[in-house]
Amino acid sequence: MITAALYFAFGCFGLGLLFNLWRIATGPDSADRILALDTMVINLIALLILYGVMKGTTVYYEASMLVAMVGFVSTVAYCRFVLRGDIIE
Amino acid sequence: MEFVSELLISFFLVVAGIFGLVGSFGMIKLRDTMQRLHAPTKATTLGVGGVLIASMLYFLLVEGALSFHELLITLFLFLTAPITANFIAKTYLQANLRQSDLPGTESEYGWSVYQDPPKRSDEG
Repeated sequence: MITAALYFAFGCFGLGLLFNLWRIATGPDSADRILALDTMVINLIALLILYGVMKGTTVYYEASMLVAMVGFVSTVAYCRFVLRGDIIE
Repeated sequence: MEFVSELLISFFLVVAGIFGLVGSFGMIKLRDTMQRLHAPTKATTLGVGGVLIASMLYFLLVEGALSFHELLITLFLFLTAPITANFIAKTYLQANLRQSDLPGTESEYGWSVYQDPPKRSDEG
């Protein structure tokens, strides 16, 4: 039963990644693209944790923690660059 | 007992998957950037929270090891999601709207996107 639920969640988050890719390709605004990239990072964290549950190992927590931090910093840096033309003033 | 724990983990996994899918579907369904800002920052964050709860329950009930890493990730995501949403909204305001399009702030200072921060009195 856990395996079936895992595959269902994998499908949901994978489909979500495709939706975000569509928004990155067609988004009319740079704010849309930043938002879609941020959502892709969040979906990627969920996929990493699901893979760790499927393999029964806790290694992937550290990986997802790092991905979460890098994703937050890169989103803020991209927004700062669009807003002010500079990241660290 | 084993059946109950499997049922609980599967329930959290399915609910998390549905929340994540709804959050990402809102990205292509909603019409406006300001509307689109709502779907990923709320629903997808909740979906990741559900996945983390399911993973915590799995390692506690099936593998028999208690771990708190997931709580750290959940805390980090729930702290950073409003900050990124605020930054993206500021980017949108700066690119597409002028100050005359927006309602007043009903205070001494205007919108922070368009105006410099007020001078502090101890700076001279």
